[in-house]
Amino acid sequence: MSIDLTQDYFSLFELPRAYAVDDRALEAAWHRLQSQVHPDRYAHLPDADKRRSMQWATRVNEGFRTLQKPLARAQYLLVLAGVDAGVETNTAMSAEFLMEQMEWREAVEEARAAGEVGELEKLHTRLLQHAREVRAALERQLDIDHDYAQAADTVRRLMFIEKLQHEIDDALLALEG
Amino acid sequence: MALLQIAEPGMSTAPHQHRLAVGIDLGTTNSLVATVRNGIAVCLPDEAGRSMLPSAVRYRADGGIDVGQVALKAQTTDARNTILSVKRFMGRGVKDVAHVETMPYDFEDGPGMVRLRTVQGVKSPVEVSAEVLRVLRARAEASLGGALCGAVITVPAYFDDAQRQATKDAARLAGVDVLRLLNEPTAAAVAYGLDNAAEGVYAVYDLGGGTFDLSILKLSRGVFEVLSTNGDAALGGDDFDHRLFCSILERAAIDPPSLEDARRLQMKAREAKELLTSCEEAPIHVRLSSGELVDIVITREDFAEMTRHLVQKTLTPVRKALRDAGLAPDEVKGVVMVGGATRMPHIQRAVATFFGQEPLTNLDPDKVVALGAAMQANALAGNRAQEDDWLLLDVIPLSLGLETMGGLVEKVVPRNSTLPVARAQEFTTFKDGQTAMAFHVVQGERELVADCRSLARFELRGIPPLVAGAARIRVSFQVDADGLLSVSAREMSSGVEASVLVKPSYGLSDDEITQMLKSGIEHAGDDMMSRALREQQVEGQRMIEAAERALASDGDLLDVEERGAIDAAIAELRALCAGSDHRAIKTGIDAFARTTDEFAARRMDKSIRSALAGHKVDELEL
Repeated sequence: MSIDLTQDYFSLFELPRAYAVDDRALEAAWHRLQSQVHPDRYAHLPDADKRRSMQWATRVNEGFRTLQKPLARAQYLLVLAGVDAGVETNTAMSAEFLMEQMEWREAVEEARAAGEVGELEKLHTRLLQHAREVRAALERQLDIDHDYAQAADTVRRLMFIEKLQHEIDDALLALEG
Repeated sequence: MALLQIAEPGMSTAPHQHRLAVGIDLGTTNSLVATVRNGIAVCLPDEAGRSMLPSAVRYRADGGIDVGQVALKAQTTDARNTILSVKRFMGRGVKDVAHVETMPYDFEDGPGMVRLRTVQGVKSPVEVSAEVLRVLRARAEASLGGALCGAVITVPAYFDDAQRQATKDAARLAGVDVLRLLNEPTAAAVAYGLDNAAEGVYAVYDLGGGTFDLSILKLSRGVFEVLSTNGDAALGGDDFDHRLFCSILERAAIDPPSLEDARRLQMKAREAKELLTSCEEAPIHVRLSSGELVDIVITREDFAEMTRHLVQKTLTPVRKALRDAGLAPDEVKGVVMVGGATRMPHIQRAVATFFGQEPLTNLDPDKVVALGAAMQANALAGNRAQEDDWLLLDVIPLSLGLETMGGLVEKVVPRNSTLPVARAQEFTTFKDGQTAMAFHVVQGERELVADCRSLARFELRGIPPLVAGAARIRVSFQVDADGLLSVSAREMSSGVEASVLVKPSYGLSDDEITQMLKSGIEHAGDDMMSRALREQQVEGQRMIEAAERALASDGDLLDVEERGAIDAAIAELRALCAGSDHRAIKTGIDAFARTTDEFAARRMDKSIRSALAGHKVDELEL
C-alpha cells in the first residue's frame, strides 16, 4: 500500500502548518482530493483498486476533520511538534482553572436540575464566547510565540470547554425531548 | 467510406463502451428502476407502460410467485401469502415491527431477523425483497437489451447497518451487482440539483411508505455534501393509513375484523388518503364479509387532525438534523419534497410553516429517487462524461460504538461522519492474566447498550497473559461508502488479531445466503458451477479492461521491464478467462492483482498530485 504515512495532513492539503487555517482553501483542497480518490470513482474497477481508494478517501476525510476542528487541529500541531499534550497523564492544572471548572459545572447542574432551558441557553452562549477567547490565545501561542508548553495547557482547557458544551447540549436535548 | 471496426472475439471492445447500469428505488410501497439513456435519466416501464411496481410478493400454492399488480389483486383473498411493505421487516426482529397484531402474516419469531411462514415455506424479508429486485432486473435487461453491469440501490438514509446489509443481501440473491447503496434523500438531491443547477444549502424531506428521512446538503460546484441526516426508519405513509384505518373501526363501531376484512379496510383507508390530496372529503362505503356495512365520510380536516401527531413526529428529526448541521431553518435555501406521502396537503403546510417557505414540489416525488440513483449508477459504471462530473460526500446516519463496563456505550464513530471513515479505540484487560476479550458492536445515539441496536459480537483470543490494564487492544472500525461496517481488533504488543466483517445479529448468515442462492438456482435450472464461472470471468475481464485503460493513460509510469511483466500478466489472465475452470481464474485474478499492485499505487499517487497541481507553491510553508 502506497499511502504515505509520513506526509502530514497540512502537506496533503497543501496548507501552511499553522493553527490559523483558511477554511475555504481547506474545503476546496478536500473536494479536490476526494474527487480523485473517492470510492465512487473506482466503483467499476477491480476490488484491489476499490480497497486502495477506500483507504485513501478515509485518510483524506480524517485529514479534513483534523484540520477543520480547532481542538483537533491544535492537538495535531502539538503532535507534529513532538509535544505531549498530556491529555491522559497531566492532571496538574492550575487551582484557578479547577475553580473555574467547578463553577461552570455547578451552574450547568443547577440549571439542568431546575429544568431551566433559558438558563442553559444563556450558559451555552457564554461558553461559546469563552471558547472564542481561549482559541484566540491558542492561536497566539502556537503561531506567534511558538510556546508549545503553554499551548498544551490551553488545549486541555479547550477540551474541558468542549466537554461541558456537550453536556449542555445533552441537557437541552433531554429537556426538549 | 469509413470501415467499421470489429474487435477480435474475446478481446475487449473499445474502452469507452457504454456499460448498462441502473438505479433501483426499492420502496416500501412501490419500486422503480431507471437508467440514463442518451444523457437523460428515465424510468423504465413494464409492458403496460407502468413505471411503478408495487412492492408486493405473493407466494402461490401452486409454487408460482407473483410480484407487483398481480400480487396486489390477491391481497384480500390470500392475505397470508401476499407480502406487502416487506421493507419494514428488513434487518428487524418481530418486536421491532409496529402494528404486528393487525398484520395478516404468520410470523416466525426467533433470534435475528423476522421470518414469514408462507404456503411455500418460511421466507426471510431478504428473499421477498429479492423477488421484487428480480422483476426489476428482468425489466431492465429486456429494455436495455443486455446484462446489467451493476445497479445503485437506494436505501433510507436512516437505515442502520443491519438494514443496509439485508438490502445488499437481497440484491445478491437477485443476481444484481451492487455498485453502491445510495441514501434516498441524497439520490433525490442529485436529481434535483443537477436538473436545476442548484447551489447552496438544501433540505430533503423524504416521507416514503414506511420510512422518514431528513437530510441537509450543501451543493457547491458539482459537490453534493451531506452535512447531516436524521429520520425515523419506522415512520411513513403506512402509519397515516393505519391511523385512518383505526379511526374507521372506531367510527363504524366494528368488532375486531377478520384478517381479510382488515386488509379490505386498510385498502379503503389508503384510497381515502389519496383522494383527500385532491378532494375535501372522501366517502368510505364497504360491505364486510361479516355483513356489517361501513358507510362514513372522512373530511380533509378530520384526517389532518387524527394524524397531527405523526406530522409533528417528522419535525423532531428535522430539528435534530439542523442542529447537527449548525443551521437555523431560515438558512436553508430550499426544501425538496420526496416520497408519495409528501402529497398530503397538511404535510406540505407543516413543512412550509417550519422552514418559512413553500417547499419545492416541482418534481415527481415518486420518481425522483430512482432518477437520481440512475444518474449515479451511470457515473459509477464509468460512463461519466467529463462535463457532468460531480462528487457525492455522504455521511453515516447513526453513531457506532462498543459496549464497555456496566452496559454503557463507548462511541467510536460519531453520527454524520463523512464516508468512508475509520476510527480506532484502545481498550485494556480487566483482570490479571486475562487472555480473551469479547466485543459487542452497537449502533445508536443512546448511552445504554440496551437502548441501541446490537450489530455484532466477536471475541479476540490469545492475548498474552499480563497484569490487568497492561495489554493494549486496539479496535478499528472501518465504514465504507455504502455505510457498511467492518471491525478488527488487535493486541498491540503481540500482534494477535481478530477481524470480523460485521454480520449483523439481525442479518442472514453466509450459510443461509449460500443455501438461498443454491435453491434459487436449482429453481431456475441453472447450476452453481456455471454461475461461479461467470462471476470470475466477469471479474477477470473487468481487471483486464481496467489494466488496459491504465496502460493507455499512464503507461509512462512503468519502465520497460515492468511494462513487459504487466503485458504478460494480461495475456495470461485472458487465456485463463477463456477457459472454464473458475478456481484457476480466481487464482489468476489474485496473481494479476499482485503484479499490477505497484502500478495502481503509482497511478493513485499521480492522481492525488494532479488534484493539487496548479496550486501556487508560495502558499506552502516548507
